[in-house]
Amino acid sequence: MLADDEGRQDVMGETSSQRVADGNEPDEEDAMLLPELVAHLRAHRGTLREEWASRIKEAHLLSAMTPQEVFSEVTSVYDNYVAVLETGSVDELRHYARDLSERIIPRGVETHEVIGIVLLLRDVLARSLFEKYRDDFELLNHVLDAYEPAANRIANTVAVSFVEQRERVIRDQQDALLELSTPVLQVRERLLILPIIGVLDETRARQLTEQLLHGIRAHRAKLVVIDVTGVPNMDEAVANSLVDTVTASRLMGADVIITGLSSEIAQTLVTIGVDLSKMHTVGDLQGGIEEAERQLGFRVSKVPDAD
Amino acid sequence: MPTDAPTAPHAPLPASILSQGPNLIVSIHAALDDEQLVRLQRDLLERVGRDRSSGILIDVAALDVLDSFAARTLADLAYMAQLRGARTVVVGIAPEVAMTLVRLGVRIPLTQTALDLEEGLEWLST
Repeated sequence: MLADDEGRQDVMGETSSQRVADGNEPDEEDAMLLPELVAHLRAHRGTLREEWASRIKEAHLLSAMTPQEVFSEVTSVYDNYVAVLETGSVDELRHYARDLSERIIPRGVETHEVIGIVLLLRDVLARSLFEKYRDDFELLNHVLDAYEPAANRIANTVAVSFVEQRERVIRDQQDALLELSTPVLQVRERLLILPIIGVLDETRARQLTEQLLHGIRAHRAKLVVIDVTGVPNMDEAVANSLVDTVTASRLMGADVIITGLSSEIAQTLVTIGVDLSKMHTVGDLQGGIEEAERQLGFRVSKVPDAD
Repeated sequence: MPTDAPTAPHAPLPASILSQGPNLIVSIHAALDDEQLVRLQRDLLERVGRDRSSGILIDVAALDVLDSFAARTLADLAYMAQLRGARTVVVGIAPEVAMTLVRLGVRIPLTQTALDLEEGLEWLST
């Protein structure tokens, strides 16, 4: 059951040089050894756990966590580890690993650290097995036959769970960012502003155009001020997508004023030869809104006794 | 209503040309094929002369596709109408249509666009 093919052909497959040519022993014998193995690991739980924790510290892994936190995680991982060796089912461990990842990802724990600590545990346990069975080489081989595939499968499970969790977090964040990143706001009747913050790529530019066009229709906008103060840099593709956005808005009957082109961006655009001369640009957002108000016939005046 | 007295034995155009004061209001109900577009263009130009119209408003709100040929035909129409003394405004381009046109690289120069009928009429009256 444990020494099945899946466990053997796993990705982190290098262990000690003691590995036998192949496990041609019958599975039953390995299965008989497992309870012994588990009993050994349970009996030496205290020392092995200490040993593991100190090796983690030596290797400067999990430096983002306090020693107490490391020790409590070490304890649960250790117990889970032994439980997997005993039952052969990684479901619980997968669950725990996902849970653990959820807790430690926000703390800035890296993938290599997680894989590192699991491999350290594998090594610590393997060493203790070498020590216990060093007088009987034959038996040691059998024990390792039972131990290695299971250990590798555990390492694999933990690493995969961690990476999956991480990817999920990244995906969620990307989605959130995309939704947040393009607010279309009405500031006056028929006047919208679209502040763009952050790097524009093709997906974002398309989504932004789409939202703007729907906003134009929903608010019956006549003028749109697109503020690019928050755009760090602009290459030809981005500039062209901006031109497309303006063109599409004009097709919908709304004129566009672009504000906040920094001096660096202005220089870049001229250097790479993007023609924005057909666009209406104004220095900053305030200027753009004032210009838009003028075009729409608004006049903002200060009430004399306001202060 | 289809155009008045079609000049050829064609099926009626899925577009109506209504006269409203000095303007012609063209409402397109369904996608037009190339041949129908050309007919619409010809009919309209004829009407501009007959009705002595000073403005043409083309409402394309019902269209979910506007290909490059249609866009070019509309632009040409605007130019031709201008030569006959009428200004043209295209209204009701849907967001998706606008994005498709831009992505295809279709530019509609010379053609004034507006959000909807109301906006278009306002522009024609200025």
